[in-house]
Amino acid sequence: MPELSHDFEHAAVEALGNKQLRTNLRRVMTGLINKRAAQFPDFDELQALRTRGAAIKDRALAKLPDLLVQLEQNLIAKGFHVHWAQSVEEGNKIILDILKKANARSIIKGKSMVSEEMHFNHFLEENGVKALESDLGEYIIQLAGETPSHIVMPAIHKNKDQIGKLFQEKIDGQPYTEDPDELTAAARRVLRQLFASADCGFSGVNFAAADTGTLVLISNEGNGRMSTHLPSMHIALMGIEKCIERLEDVGPLISLACRSATGQPITTYVNMISGPRKSNEKDGPKEVHLVLLDNGRTKIYQDPELREGLRCIRCAACMNHCPVYTRIGGHAYQYTYPGPIGEVLNPQMQGIEKAGDVLHASSLCGRCSEVCPVKIPLADLIVRLRREAIRPAADAVKGGGSRKSNMEDVIWFGWKTMYASPLLYRWGTWWLRKIGNFMPAGIPLLKQWTSVRSKPQFASRSIYDLARERGIRDE
Amino acid sequence: MSKSPLPGRPETVYYFPTCLIDLFYPEAGMAGIELLQRAGTKVVMPTKQSCCGQPARNCGYYEEARAVARAQLAAFPNDWPIVVPSGSCAGMMKKHYPELFAGTPELPKIQAFCDRVFELTWFLVHKMDIKLVDKGEPIKVTWHGSCHSMREMGVIEEPKDLLRSLSNVTLLEAEHEKECCGFGGTFSVRLPEVSAAMVTDKVGSIVATGATEVVSGDMGCMMNISGAMKKAKAPVRGRHIAEFLLERIGKGDA
Repeated sequence: MPELSHDFEHAAVEALGNKQLRTNLRRVMTGLINKRAAQFPDFDELQALRTRGAAIKDRALAKLPDLLVQLEQNLIAKGFHVHWAQSVEEGNKIILDILKKANARSIIKGKSMVSEEMHFNHFLEENGVKALESDLGEYIIQLAGETPSHIVMPAIHKNKDQIGKLFQEKIDGQPYTEDPDELTAAARRVLRQLFASADCGFSGVNFAAADTGTLVLISNEGNGRMSTHLPSMHIALMGIEKCIERLEDVGPLISLACRSATGQPITTYVNMISGPRKSNEKDGPKEVHLVLLDNGRTKIYQDPELREGLRCIRCAACMNHCPVYTRIGGHAYQYTYPGPIGEVLNPQMQGIEKAGDVLHASSLCGRCSEVCPVKIPLADLIVRLRREAIRPAADAVKGGGSRKSNMEDVIWFGWKTMYASPLLYRWGTWWLRKIGNFMPAGIPLLKQWTSVRSKPQFASRSIYDLARERGIRDE
Repeated sequence: MSKSPLPGRPETVYYFPTCLIDLFYPEAGMAGIELLQRAGTKVVMPTKQSCCGQPARNCGYYEEARAVARAQLAAFPNDWPIVVPSGSCAGMMKKHYPELFAGTPELPKIQAFCDRVFELTWFLVHKMDIKLVDKGEPIKVTWHGSCHSMREMGVIEEPKDLLRSLSNVTLLEAEHEKECCGFGGTFSVRLPEVSAAMVTDKVGSIVATGATEVVSGDMGCMMNISGAMKKAKAPVRGRHIAEFLLERIGKGDA
């Protein structure tokens, strides 16, 4: 049996000790929560839009196999090259082959979380291709040699001061400054040169409309349009769940995504990419590729309950509102997706033995489910996966059952025996009242509890005894 | 406050005090009973009940949770409303029992039970139309709404409306009021460091309001928050809202 990882738990504790990180996150997440709330002043409108968003994604998922075929046909008709990758390795190889064939040595990248799933930059570097991130946040973390800590704002764990120092150190001739405009201008100077000189542009995809064969990309910095437009070749990468049925479905989804993510009514740029440069056009890439990645999504798709997680439009509202994420940041989650959606996706993509410890990163407060724009019942899915971790349904999740513990089984058996029997409950709680307060604070569970809390005191009398004395009927 | 049942007001209700209240805070549970009685209904508290089963369900032990849920069903045979002084336990029964028994022949019976489950403050406001007359000294309090009360039972304004209806009570809002206190049942011991950070922040925001009391509708949260306040020697008292309300209107007064 593979060894069980506890990397998340260790990393979470370490991250908690980073005061700067906690201050940065608290400030930014509070801002994002308030900005989102301001975008949805009308509760009923929000609920109606969420219902609509969820229905659009459910409709697309219900027909996904057919829609993917339709998407491919429409894209090919428009001059796209379409590639299918089942695994991360396959996806990387496909893209490297495209680059080799075109003799491309450098690429300029727009933001893509799917490329993070593939450790794409690292893979390209090993194979002699230079990939430069053009999203400001991605550019910052690439300079720092880190991975994104948030799926919309990858460098959210860093403040102006830290970025100022990083730029001073890494960008030639750049003096220290904390001024966001000056920092942005510095990044812009570097990136502008590369937009013009890169052999290939690269991007993710927010939505792919099957009926028209259109790739939709939302962005705020213009880098998305530059990366997909200026170089002579464009490679787009998407997870297969991003396919929607109709171009007209994009409207409500963009509204939900932008308002939920950054509290904007709409992003600065909405790109509709519909193929390579035509003979009568003066600009645009001459060659456009789309790579569709599975990487475990088909397995998630098989289970009707777990499939709900594939509705995700990657707005990050769940992590912005998560009290655990806000305290530890994204890196502690170990894999590509942090926060509640990461708790749902990572164990399924990586296997429960590898990534299942993250399933306890939730108090099940339900704020993620409440704000999710496509109504993914995140808290319920986390509980479902906790069940898979100990008592798997027939092969629903990779590594199912790997976190079963005999000791825990015994504890819950004892608990059930006592609480399902009125007699044993009265007897058991009588004993707890007698001896509970003598339990030393150092025993397991109480020790963790009393680290910042006083020991709870068992009452001397049961409420049922008090009620009988005060004449409350019991049946 | 009227003592005779008005049209639409239930004559008799069941009470589900919760296992946490039974073990640690029976007076909070008794206060809920007295409020219901004074609002004009008879209260029946069956002794065959125990726990809603939430701890097992949250840990993925569905079979164990189902066994305990069945025992609760058996304890409440009549079709009276079941009033719960905890949004979390009520949420478990109302929202998660149907999910636990989905696809089983027991589901219709379970659903009929779930439909009878109500959170205490919601029930006092909407079913009993309770009116409170404040007899206490001026006091500043703050409110902690439990996550499950707000997000599973939809109880957000009712308890705060009850507090606001008291003439001598000033209700102060804490920063990040709707954020989880870090209890989360087993979460507090499975990821204890993160839970500790959450409750420490929660206590900080409560103390910053300047209130001398924090009240909540859930003793799980309160055990966490009060425990942390006590350990930090914070000058704030924590109580169940039922106990607080009853004291304000005069315990034992009719």
